[in-house]
Amino acid sequence: MTASTIAHTIDLIARVDQGLTGDDGGGDLQSSRLTEYFRACQASPDRPEKSWKQETPAENDLTIKGKAYIAGIYEHPTRHAPDKSTAQLHAEVAKGAIEDAGLTKADIDGYFCAGDAPGGVMNMVDYLGLKVRHLDSTDTGGCSYLIHLGHAAEAIAAGKCSIALITLAGKPRTGPMPPRAAGAEADFETAYGATTHNAYGMCAMRHMHDYGTSSEQLAWIKVAASHHAQYNPHAMLKDVVTVEDVLNSPMISDPLHRMDCCVVTDGGGALIVTTPEIAKSLKKPLVRLIGHGESTKGPRGGKDLDLTHSAGLWSGPRAFEEAGVTPKDIKYASIYDSFTITVLMQIEDLGFCKKGEGGKFVADGNLISGVGKLPFNTDGGGLCSNHPVNRGGMTKIIEAVRQLRGEAHPKVQVKNCDLAIAHGTGGLLGVRHAASTCILERA
Amino acid sequence: MMAEAKKYPAPVTNPETVAFWEAAKQGKFMIKRCTACGEPHYFPRSICPFCFSDKTVWEEASGDATIYTFSLMRKSATGPYAIAYVTLKEGPSLQTNIVDCDMDKLKIGQKVKVVFKPTDGAPLPFFTPV
Repeated sequence: MTASTIAHTIDLIARVDQGLTGDDGGGDLQSSRLTEYFRACQASPDRPEKSWKQETPAENDLTIKGKAYIAGIYEHPTRHAPDKSTAQLHAEVAKGAIEDAGLTKADIDGYFCAGDAPGGVMNMVDYLGLKVRHLDSTDTGGCSYLIHLGHAAEAIAAGKCSIALITLAGKPRTGPMPPRAAGAEADFETAYGATTHNAYGMCAMRHMHDYGTSSEQLAWIKVAASHHAQYNPHAMLKDVVTVEDVLNSPMISDPLHRMDCCVVTDGGGALIVTTPEIAKSLKKPLVRLIGHGESTKGPRGGKDLDLTHSAGLWSGPRAFEEAGVTPKDIKYASIYDSFTITVLMQIEDLGFCKKGEGGKFVADGNLISGVGKLPFNTDGGGLCSNHPVNRGGMTKIIEAVRQLRGEAHPKVQVKNCDLAIAHGTGGLLGVRHAASTCILERA
Repeated sequence: MMAEAKKYPAPVTNPETVAFWEAAKQGKFMIKRCTACGEPHYFPRSICPFCFSDKTVWEEASGDATIYTFSLMRKSATGPYAIAYVTLKEGPSLQTNIVDCDMDKLKIGQKVKVVFKPTDGAPLPFFTPV
């Protein structure tokens, strides 16, 4: 191990020892296992000699590794849909994903949706005319669909369903979104006006204070997204922008400028998740889920408040450990980009660089496909292309699958892309949020 | 940049938290402390979020705190405001607004103290630079 990787490991262990565990307690990530994990991750500063593909697949039944394949994907091309209903958009993306897989609606026996689905899962099953034996309406905001993917794999591995449909759709550009249900904290927080902009702004402010992260470094994240978006005919913002453009855009909530923020779009997306056998009988290139993790993080009674780490600090290692791979193995990364700071914090928490060094990592085009070491969000992401219903998890999975299939735009397609990560957060990063990580492999 | 006088929503209150709001009417800022594990917490719960004991008691806090982080929300229909997390002298951190100040001069680590603002119901706690 190099001195810097040792320092990184010690930093993370110290954080866990201080009690900076997830809302679920960090569970399987107590110090000894965390040490072991990061030692494995960072044993070599370069790609490990032994390829992750050569490792013996886990024989243990207690894993979803390789037990579910993504057989169908669909991203609605619209970014503004005043002429459609929200339920209709769910139906259109469902139809698109089912057709992409080469299946029919009658084949679907599991359905997953979140808070954007009108009336919830029962009403949507009825509206879509589904006949299913497995349901899941987990709602963790924008990362719901990454959790749905993990839960679909669990259900498929347990035989609870064999072909699962996951949908997301809505129209925040057309009209106001329904208010979120109040939590127990409402009287103690609502009046202070926490919004997405300022909740993420508070994270960025503290990150800059603790680690010297700069607005210029954050701007590079938007610059990289815009380089990718220029090739996406459906992207809402197709113009390539510079660091200066971002810094000169109006300040929204310090230190975040307008161009540090994602787009607001109508639209949606859907996935079909199925068994290895069924996936292999279909015509699409094979993409399977080999690791999944989920976690939450909040103020937890106000003890040891820490706004520079996200719940990705726990969901990430769980997913990497299950997949048997490390951040160094990843060829393409879909990283939820509600704001530039969201990307920077998650890249650190997932272990692509040390905590506090995200600014240096993302600068100078390091996230641009064909230029940098970690090509990210090659569809233009939420920062430039699409952020349907203010929930970015679905499009993160879809672009990762495109990359693994070799179906991304030729200008941004990563060569020999056989391992990808899709990661996201939901809720408010600076208040209460969830995170989910999916490791996907070309089979 | 100074914030305009704002109308704040009255707390709804409930049986678990009504004592907090009754104390606020007397100008007292209360936190909860668990007598089993000794940990203070905020916002108040009847069962300790750390050790899950039901032996929690109300305690008047000093109202002294430091700014952990903040953000100036410039795009708002009700005018700009400074949202923040402050860390109480007693330990817990909480979400609030920094009020009655020049918002452009706020700094992480700055000392602040509690100040109550009226609503149509119980007053709400805010913080202002010392």
